[in-house]
Amino acid sequence: MTEIFLRRGKAAGSYILRTPKLLLGLVMLLSLLLLGLVGPLFVDVEKARPISVPTRKPPSAEYPLGTDGGGRDVLAVLVVGTPQTLRMGLLAGIVGVVLGTSLGLIAGYFGGRIDMAISTATDTMLTIPPLAILLVVAASVRSMSVENMALIIALLSWMFPARTIRAQVLSLREQPYVHMARLAGLGDIRIIFEEIMPNILPLAAASFVGATSGAVLAGIGLEVLGLGPQRTPTLGMTIYWAQLYSALINGLWWWWLPPIIVLIILFVGLFLVSAAMDEFVNPRLRRTG
Amino acid sequence: MFLVVVLLAATLNFIIPRMAPGDPIGAVLEELRARGAGTQSDAEDEIVAAYRARFGLDQPTHIQYFRFLFNTLRFDLGYSISYYPQKVERALLRALPWTVGLLAISTVLSFAAGSFFGAMMAWPRAPGFMRRFVPMFMVLSAVPYYLLGLILVYVFAFVMRILPLGGAYSSGTIPQLDLDFLLDVIRHGMLPALSIVLTSVGFWALGMRGVMVTVLGEDYLTLAEAKGLPDRRIFFGYAMRNALLPQVTSLAIALGTVASGSVLVEVVFNYPGIGWLLYNALRSSDYYMVQGVTFFLILTVAVSVLIVDMIYPLLDPRIER
Repeated sequence: MTEIFLRRGKAAGSYILRTPKLLLGLVMLLSLLLLGLVGPLFVDVEKARPISVPTRKPPSAEYPLGTDGGGRDVLAVLVVGTPQTLRMGLLAGIVGVVLGTSLGLIAGYFGGRIDMAISTATDTMLTIPPLAILLVVAASVRSMSVENMALIIALLSWMFPARTIRAQVLSLREQPYVHMARLAGLGDIRIIFEEIMPNILPLAAASFVGATSGAVLAGIGLEVLGLGPQRTPTLGMTIYWAQLYSALINGLWWWWLPPIIVLIILFVGLFLVSAAMDEFVNPRLRRTG
Repeated sequence: MFLVVVLLAATLNFIIPRMAPGDPIGAVLEELRARGAGTQSDAEDEIVAAYRARFGLDQPTHIQYFRFLFNTLRFDLGYSISYYPQKVERALLRALPWTVGLLAISTVLSFAAGSFFGAMMAWPRAPGFMRRFVPMFMVLSAVPYYLLGLILVYVFAFVMRILPLGGAYSSGTIPQLDLDFLLDVIRHGMLPALSIVLTSVGFWALGMRGVMVTVLGEDYLTLAEAKGLPDRRIFFGYAMRNALLPQVTSLAIALGTVASGSVLVEVVFNYPGIGWLLYNALRSSDYYMVQGVTFFLILTVAVSVLIVDMIYPLLDPRIER
């Protein structure tokens, strides 16, 4: 058993090394993770609180990335805020994919009226622009926390996984080995978990990366509009404050540029990983680009 | 399907803003107080009651709901609470041209450029620089347009001072149809449009490349090559033309979501479109305005999906009802 895992691990490792896109993406994401994990050892996290340092100081030896208008050390804000953004994205991604995969499985496997109901719900939800709903819901939640936000976003990110998984299950259901399992008298639950699940896992993993990146995108969007968590410093809220206090036209570039750069690294990293996973699932794309 | 979406949208629209904290009448009172009016408390109660009756908020919830549904279907979206007596649909109609102008133009531009680049990427005889240059756009497509927009504003409007910081036209000018005003609008629209185009070209290129790879494997392409048709003709007439079909679907849907995609870009650039309207309505908990705008956003998407369904058989004769 361990031998199989070792061999698989090795195969996965060499695939990562052979795929520069995946490698680069993972390195970018890991470096952000390290910023959140190792950063607190070098940077005083307390300085991410408002009015803990002098306001609007340009980058210097004491404050490597300067301070913002609310008296926060920008570097400390990055160290505290980056893991919050990652946590929010992962949480929303996991909930969204688990929800979507289960619904897709049920719809695809059982078919009939259940499928009709789930598919109609999925298609309807896909038609409704998510940002419109998110804005309205986020504006009506009294105290926003990272977890609340992740849940709200997750409720709008299950549709794509549900649709992809359903399509895959529809074709898997008619595979000879599934028919064999049914003839052998296996119950629906066992067929789903033992025969179908293993074959949709790669697809679910690919849609997990997509859902996570979509969730971060939605979350940052809300934060930039000022609808994010108020207590914890997050990257998007930093940009919101910077905008609100016109950091741009006052030339305080160190206030808004660092969070934007961190976010760009995050989005590009997620994009590279998800593109590499798409190529893994759909080998036809591997030939070009 | 279309009706289900519209009905569901209307219902959601009714429920969600009512779960929100913050009382719209209270917000209006705050404003009245700030202007130095309605200071006596007994007069205040009367004002509240009058406002509630005026907007139908004193009725039981289910009656409010049916009245709302009926009015919505007639596209009577009610009065804005914070800008009374302005009607919601009037405000929408005034904001609409800005959003449609800015976003529709940039969406179509990036669609055209992206589809062409994507097709080139899958084309084996494409010039080499294409292959190195397009992936850059794909990476850029991962970056949200408003973040790029902020950087662009800083570089072009603050450091170089060659383009305006925001807004749709210079303050002090009166909107009218002459050349000066038009040039002013174009100057103001350049940065938002550029940030949208730069970040969405990659999306279209990505989609196009996927379809193009499939199309290039088809038999009719081999036949076209065997007939000795010129490369250019095979590329445009045979490969790209067929690969464009699914792209057109996405374009129609993208044009439908134009209005909702505009929220952030309009907030970042202070652009007076639908997104700006929604953002401000949310801030002042203006029920009717929020309802009106979200309903309108959902309606545009539903309509464009419907249109796609209807024109698709015309584009692709293989699909017949």
